[in-house]
Amino acid sequence: MLELKDLYQEVIVDHNRSPRNFGKLEDADYTLEGFNPLCGDRLTLYIKMDNDRIVDISFDGTGCAISVASASLMTEAMKGKGVKEAEEIFNSFHDLLTVDNPDPDLENLGKLAALAGVRDYPTRVKCATLCWHTLHSALEGTDTPVSTE
Amino acid sequence: MNAESAEIMNTAAPLEVERIRADFPVLSEQVNGKPLAYLDNAATAQKPLSVIETLDDYYRHYNSNIHRGVHTLSERATAAYEGAREKVREFINAASVKEIVFTRGATEAINLVAQSYARSNLRAGDEIIISEMEHHSNIVPWQLLCEQIGTVLKVAPINDKGEIIQEEYEKLLGPKTRLVALVHISNALGTINPVKHMVKLARDAGAVTLVDGAQAVPHAPVDVRDIGCDFYTFSGHKLFGPTGTGVLYGREELLEAMPPYQGGGDMIKMVTFEKTVYNDLPYKFEAGTPHIAGVIGLGAAIDYVDNIGLANIQAYEKDLLDYATAAASSVDGLRLIGTAQDKAGVLSFVLEGIHPHDLGTILDHEGIAIRTGHHCAMPVMEHFGIPATARASFAFYNTREETDRLVRGLENAKKVFA
Repeated sequence: MLELKDLYQEVIVDHNRSPRNFGKLEDADYTLEGFNPLCGDRLTLYIKMDNDRIVDISFDGTGCAISVASASLMTEAMKGKGVKEAEEIFNSFHDLLTVDNPDPDLENLGKLAALAGVRDYPTRVKCATLCWHTLHSALEGTDTPVSTE
Repeated sequence: MNAESAEIMNTAAPLEVERIRADFPVLSEQVNGKPLAYLDNAATAQKPLSVIETLDDYYRHYNSNIHRGVHTLSERATAAYEGAREKVREFINAASVKEIVFTRGATEAINLVAQSYARSNLRAGDEIIISEMEHHSNIVPWQLLCEQIGTVLKVAPINDKGEIIQEEYEKLLGPKTRLVALVHISNALGTINPVKHMVKLARDAGAVTLVDGAQAVPHAPVDVRDIGCDFYTFSGHKLFGPTGTGVLYGREELLEAMPPYQGGGDMIKMVTFEKTVYNDLPYKFEAGTPHIAGVIGLGAAIDYVDNIGLANIQAYEKDLLDYATAAASSVDGLRLIGTAQDKAGVLSFVLEGIHPHDLGTILDHEGIAIRTGHHCAMPVMEHFGIPATARASFAFYNTREETDRLVRGLENAKKVFA
């Protein structure tokens, strides 16, 4: 049987209570909004680049614990990463939550692995992936807001 | 509480809830190893065995198309389908079965009025009034119409208790007002609107009126002639009947003059390539083969509800709501959204520091089904400055014990995030 503490792990509760990299980045190169119309979650990502490297990244907005913690953990993981590396982490994370019997590169994921429990809650996967899809689109240079629906 | 509902309380008979619960097979389900507490009745209600068996009986014993067949099965199906229409007529006290049009749901019924009545009778600059607490189904059809013909949508605002501000509503009524469409009971807030009074004001201003009763018919006696509205709409599935069924009540005189909404079989008397003669009411508005089993099932649902008695249901649910409201109010950090004077069995709330979506997941672990989100009423969320609420909504089969479990679940949620 599913255990709540597998979903709401300490890391998630902590990052929800005190999200890292929360707030607007005034000199961002990319600013993109993500929206989950199902639950009304809305977040904005701010990314500052130096050539192909993410030198700074932050977010603000409102959302459930899963989406806030995911965004917080993502910004931590992405700071200083090159675009290619970021895409690899994005793919590993996406597989972790959506692929049957995933074989995640846990080293690559680091603290993000705390979100693995979300895969047992299909209705909540979108909460965890919203910020990631927003990041993915931002790095591709999209400027239309990202929607999960 | 108004004098009318006070009178109902005094004469209501207590419900035998344990016996009633046994009529609903799904209520004995286990969810995550716990007994199901189904508190999402405003989204859709559960079905009694009598409704489930009515569908089964139709498909097993007399499945056939209606109105045209001369064979025995078709006659049986037609009689059952039209029998359901008479049940609906009596249920809402319409004058004639000609005034009862079956639709796919309340949404389709409202769209029908917008596209048939309003599109052919209103002109650019004419005003349509709705309220700030409408469900999207009573907003978007009018916006579509405004885009099509240039009518203007006016919105009567609500106060912080979730009641329509009557003075503001009255100010909106004027010579340009041609149609007023109002929700009877709000799905997001539970507010019971004084529709009889508001309809009278609208009619005095020369407007045609529509009342969206999707949340009203399962919880309170409704008499469309007493309300005095021109149109009344509701869904079957919130009334313990099948999904895909709904009702449009319309005054005969108006329906008679309205053009068809959809064309097809059953809505015609005669078709040639030069000219088509439309069928009589209500068939003019029922193109194509309808949800025959569903409509017959809706009839069974009405029988079931009538048997318990809506006045008894209303009194029971009022008591349950008062109990649940008091219990929820004792939870630290809980803010009720929707605290109208006159309220039906909806408990919408936010809990400090915990997003409604997380609450929904945590309560589901306890077998408690509630709704979280904007409840298809985004303007209501905007009014209260919140993205979403958690909403428990009750039916006559819910118990005080279930609301106790809800409150314990909220305390548990706080521990998860402590």
